[in-house]
Amino acid sequence: MNLHEFQAKAILARHGIPVPAGQVAWTPDEVTRVAADLGGSRFAVKAQILAGGRGEVGGVKLADSVDQAREIAAEMLGSRLITAQTPSAGHNVRRVYVEQAVACAREIYVGLLVDRNEGCVVLLGAGQGGAEVEKLLRRDPKSLVRLALPGTQQPGDADLRQFAEALGLTGSLVEEAAGLLAVLARAFVELDASLIEVNPLCLTEEGRLVALDVKMVVDDNALFRQPDIQSLRDEDEVDALELEAQRHDLNFVRMDGNIGVVVNGAGLALATHDILRDLGGAPANFMDIRTTAVSLQIAKGIGLLLADPAVKVILVNVHGGGMTRCDTIVEAIHIAMRWSGRKIPIVFRAAGQNAEYARRLIVDRRIAHEVALSMSGAARRAVELAKD
Amino acid sequence: MAILVDRDTRLIVQGMTGRAGTFYTDQAMEYGTRVVAGIRPGKGGSRHFSLPVFDHVGEAMRETGANASLVFVPALAAGAAIIEAVEAEVPLVICVTERVPTLDMVNVRRALEGSATKLVGPNSQGVLSPGKCKVGVMSTADVRPGSIGVVSRSASLTSEIVAQTSAAGLGQSTTVGIGADPVHGIGFVDCLRLFMDDDETEGVILIGEIGGNEEEAAAEYLGREKPPKPVVALVAGRHAPPERRMGHAGAFTFLGRGDAAAKIEALRAAGARIAENADLVAATMHRALPEKAA
Repeated sequence: MNLHEFQAKAILARHGIPVPAGQVAWTPDEVTRVAADLGGSRFAVKAQILAGGRGEVGGVKLADSVDQAREIAAEMLGSRLITAQTPSAGHNVRRVYVEQAVACAREIYVGLLVDRNEGCVVLLGAGQGGAEVEKLLRRDPKSLVRLALPGTQQPGDADLRQFAEALGLTGSLVEEAAGLLAVLARAFVELDASLIEVNPLCLTEEGRLVALDVKMVVDDNALFRQPDIQSLRDEDEVDALELEAQRHDLNFVRMDGNIGVVVNGAGLALATHDILRDLGGAPANFMDIRTTAVSLQIAKGIGLLLADPAVKVILVNVHGGGMTRCDTIVEAIHIAMRWSGRKIPIVFRAAGQNAEYARRLIVDRRIAHEVALSMSGAARRAVELAKD
Repeated sequence: MAILVDRDTRLIVQGMTGRAGTFYTDQAMEYGTRVVAGIRPGKGGSRHFSLPVFDHVGEAMRETGANASLVFVPALAAGAAIIEAVEAEVPLVICVTERVPTLDMVNVRRALEGSATKLVGPNSQGVLSPGKCKVGVMSTADVRPGSIGVVSRSASLTSEIVAQTSAAGLGQSTTVGIGADPVHGIGFVDCLRLFMDDDETEGVILIGEIGGNEEEAAAEYLGREKPPKPVVALVAGRHAPPERRMGHAGAFTFLGRGDAAAKIEALRAAGARIAENADLVAATMHRALPEKAA
């Protein structure tokens, strides 16, 4: 689960990480009030969307007065930001975060994430951070400082001090940075985070360290034991269809095409998409029916596709096995079609457990469909039907 | 022969008395797997399927001489269950549980350091040696004993490829699901090594997907050691949009790493035959195998 910048900063501030004074605002009037409350003469106005890359598309701007902050916010609020990490339609900016601007003498990069190969948490850093950090690191990978943490335990003080020195910090700043990094490491474990990125960690002109921007992702698998985090979920920022599907034990990602795709298993779904795209097709969604899903839940997922007018054909590719049998999917299609009443071409490809029975059942249930035996055959037919 | 599990496997099932545990233990026994005990804290001393149930793995190991454990424990306790099995020195632990918190797996990996245990999973469909032993939740509808080793990050694609290799008359020596989670037990390289040392295996199919760099590690191994048996690779997710979670927590191309094109190029350069799409895997293997005297 991705957190908004203002949420991540509030959490880190509670753990004792210094962040600039700031508040959320939903309207230009609120921005005026918030900026006046914060005081000072320079403000940062930042769009709160759940995607990175907003700085490059005007989602972060500086204001030299309360009035200017209001003007910037008025333009930002209600606009759509399209970045490399958003869907192609972009994200609607519903609120902004207004902060006292901080003048940085230096920008540092600090991140914590799970290194999947080593199976441990690593602390990463670069003496030169900021928006260009990825480019800088690509050019000079050696400038990346790395410290593996011992399991979910705290790193040693000496290691952290050495890490801080490798970032080019000196004097009392080494101690200050080591303390800050220890807090970040503790927060990472306590929050079940999978990513905490402070970029930049700002060394102010007064010689203090402040977390200027924070990106935080919490492990979805651990949300059951992080109720405080779960309550922060911003359902307005999650695609309504995806949210609905999640409630029914389906992994679902909405896409821009016109071929609805019903597949059990993430790997098979990825492979089906590859074949579809190779043939010039455009999937409307990614769907992975989890093994625990029952026919009613799967029917809800198919119902989402039937309700989408952009979807012109549904491609079903199931491989029966374990607990999901092919006939369960047919029952689900049957239920969904009855609920919706919409007639739409269906290309049905079933393999594995109960595949033959499922092909008989789909006829018995009087569901208009075309049978395909191979994945490529099914995909080719779906692409043709989507063109009609 | 086969790898990891065979007729000598003596299996305990952690979490055997639950719904999924009961369902799949039944299926495994029906397939011929020798299940010797179940574990369920609090139910020690009782019986399930006429098998003894123990409170702790250590006890079961002493009493039954088990050499493998299948973990069906729910996500919130799965990490602890694996660590218990590691501490009891079970040689092979296979965990099928989905959605285990990643930091619990970080602790598991620490427990595994220097231990004698091999871990498969979590979020794995398990390990199957056709005709010999089934430890997991995979379908056995289309399996056929044979000469192809299959190692995969995806259960559903494995079923698909297994059906293809059976239809092509090749069959499987063993299929292994290494699991779809970012932090897991043995990986592609471990399995490739095992298959290369297995007499029965004549070729290996590797089924990868976007995210992580397990495929790159496999490519490095293949390039360095140039093993004699053909390896066919399929990498799913060539057209997945970047930085979006696609079902599997691990399948998530992050910081520009883990995209399918880079994996495919690395594997191709290392001498693996690339299956251009999921329909072509068995055919690609067929072409890669040395011709047999008729």
